[in-house]
Amino acid sequence: MSVRRLAEEQPASFEFTPENLAWANAQIAKYPEGRQASAVIPLLWQAQKQHNYWLPKPAIEKVADMLDMPFIRVLEIATFYTMFNLEPVGRFFIQMCGTTPCMLRGSDEIKAVLARRVGEQKMVSADGNFAWLEVECLGACCNAPMVQINDDYYEDLTAENFEKLLDDLAAGRPVHVGSQTGRRSSEPAGKLTTLTSFYGDDGRSGPASDKTQA
Amino acid sequence: MLDDKDRIFTNLYGYGDWGLKGAMARGAWDNTKGLIEKGKDWIIEEMKASGLRGRGGAGFPTGLKWSFMPKPDPLRPSYLVVNADESEPGTCKDREIMRNDPHLLIEGCMIASFAMGAHACYVYLRGEYILEREHLQAAVDQAYAAGLVGKNNKNGWPFDIYVHHGAGAYICGEETALLESLEGKKGMPRLKPPFPANMGLYGCPTTVNNVESIAVAPTILRRGAAWFSSFGAKNNAGTKLFCVSGHVNTPCNVEEAMSLPFRELIDRHCGGIRGGWDNLLAVIPGGSSVPCVPAHEIIDAAMDFDTLRGLKSGLGTAAVIVLDKSTDIVRAITRISYFYKHESCGQCTPCREGTGWMWRVLTRMCEGRAQKREIDMLLEVSTQIEGHTICALGDAAAWPVQGLIRHFRHEIEKRIDDYSANPHSDTVAPLAAE
Repeated sequence: MSVRRLAEEQPASFEFTPENLAWANAQIAKYPEGRQASAVIPLLWQAQKQHNYWLPKPAIEKVADMLDMPFIRVLEIATFYTMFNLEPVGRFFIQMCGTTPCMLRGSDEIKAVLARRVGEQKMVSADGNFAWLEVECLGACCNAPMVQINDDYYEDLTAENFEKLLDDLAAGRPVHVGSQTGRRSSEPAGKLTTLTSFYGDDGRSGPASDKTQA
Repeated sequence: MLDDKDRIFTNLYGYGDWGLKGAMARGAWDNTKGLIEKGKDWIIEEMKASGLRGRGGAGFPTGLKWSFMPKPDPLRPSYLVVNADESEPGTCKDREIMRNDPHLLIEGCMIASFAMGAHACYVYLRGEYILEREHLQAAVDQAYAAGLVGKNNKNGWPFDIYVHHGAGAYICGEETALLESLEGKKGMPRLKPPFPANMGLYGCPTTVNNVESIAVAPTILRRGAAWFSSFGAKNNAGTKLFCVSGHVNTPCNVEEAMSLPFRELIDRHCGGIRGGWDNLLAVIPGGSSVPCVPAHEIIDAAMDFDTLRGLKSGLGTAAVIVLDKSTDIVRAITRISYFYKHESCGQCTPCREGTGWMWRVLTRMCEGRAQKREIDMLLEVSTQIEGHTICALGDAAAWPVQGLIRHFRHEIEKRIDDYSANPHSDTVAPLAAE
């Protein structure tokens, strides 16, 4: 459990954009009549995304209104689920996995890079670009160590390629999402040991390979 | 070794097309209508005969679970809920299914829903899996557009499938917490009974299944229960996705036959242990919540439910975390303890207070700043948490600690000796309160 509170400084109001409002109504329609409260997590998440990846109090109130839920019930959700950021995060919010599988593969080095370049956890860096947080297992253990930056996973990190990734993000250069060492997903690095009759040893030369994909 | 032709997840690594066209070329959605026409009793019997045990960790027979659903009642519709809240440290298999072969899951949902008389299915993804959610949603949209699912679909069973997501709570992988979360509440587990098969989502009959259990169902039904049960030892049938992480040369997900020896799994697919077999210290064979097994016990053990239970551990989700001799084993388990402290929902006192207590004591033990009698105290406290909570998170927090003490007590004692051999100004007090 962790103690989580709303930010001290809050914006005056929050409104969904028309596209997000339409999206939100489509979400509510997924659930049976009278069960619209089910949509609370998706709606809060969309609100957070629209609001620079943090969730202000007016957004929580807005969602409570839309779903006809008491404010406290929605506040409960916002404080219980750790993906809701209750305070501002940088332009790039870095969630660094520090759980044992990543730790075994060197997440301490990644943490050291973050501590040196960004500073303390939950603090936005001076240039407004980065904030970071050590989180629990993100479910990409075969590609450890890894971080999630905003929506995307960056895997197979080392201190060097992670520093380069941060440089590229800060400078606005394009970055490659996923493995930073050229793996497609969670296959064994180098040579496939299974499914070779479909995709060949390298995954790209077999009869079933989709060669149009990178 | 399992042949490629006997693998179910033929696009596990995403080298092929994950969309409908690619999935159909690989055999998905082939004669789904024919399977449904054989009737729900045939499907459930076939699933029982296949020996498939749930792939989410507990290993409960899937066919049996499906048969628990009551007769359809128009006032209380039945639901299938798919647990895709994959958060157990070490586990990353469902992610590959959802981003690289989502149609296997969708077809499985259709067949499972038919077998239990459900017309609606919710797939609950963990919130962090954003790309996976987009792929799965796109695949669902394709299936609707092609008339494979929906109110009037060509498979002849009215069926709707919805993608839902959480927001970063490990506890929502517990089935009743997942249902609470899906209803728009905090993910706090419910007391059982009533079981979800009677009172689940919105108070209606519900079955919660893991992604892998559902995704293998269509292939099992198409190829026959006998085919699936021909792999693995008795009571441990089938093929299984193993997620190997930690100190191996090439960590990977791989689909293999159950009961494959550990050594063969690692040598064949993971390039061996980092630094060779003599460098192996211990293995956590089923995700963070099962106790570790020391090297000499695991090396030639078969990777299945019953063998690993015999080693006082478990297959869990088959998330194999390998630790070599460079590992600080006390710290590795302490980090797992921190995980459970962080993820405890706070509902039951033994878990809420106990997970933090264990973590604080272990943190001191990492440095050796403890007394030897505290090792027994820690073991005692872990047994006070185990079995005294609503859900299994308390057990899951206790087991890794018990495994550490069972196999590596000497390591903790050595730390304590090393620490007390050096002069320190502070005295060692057996305190865990903050």
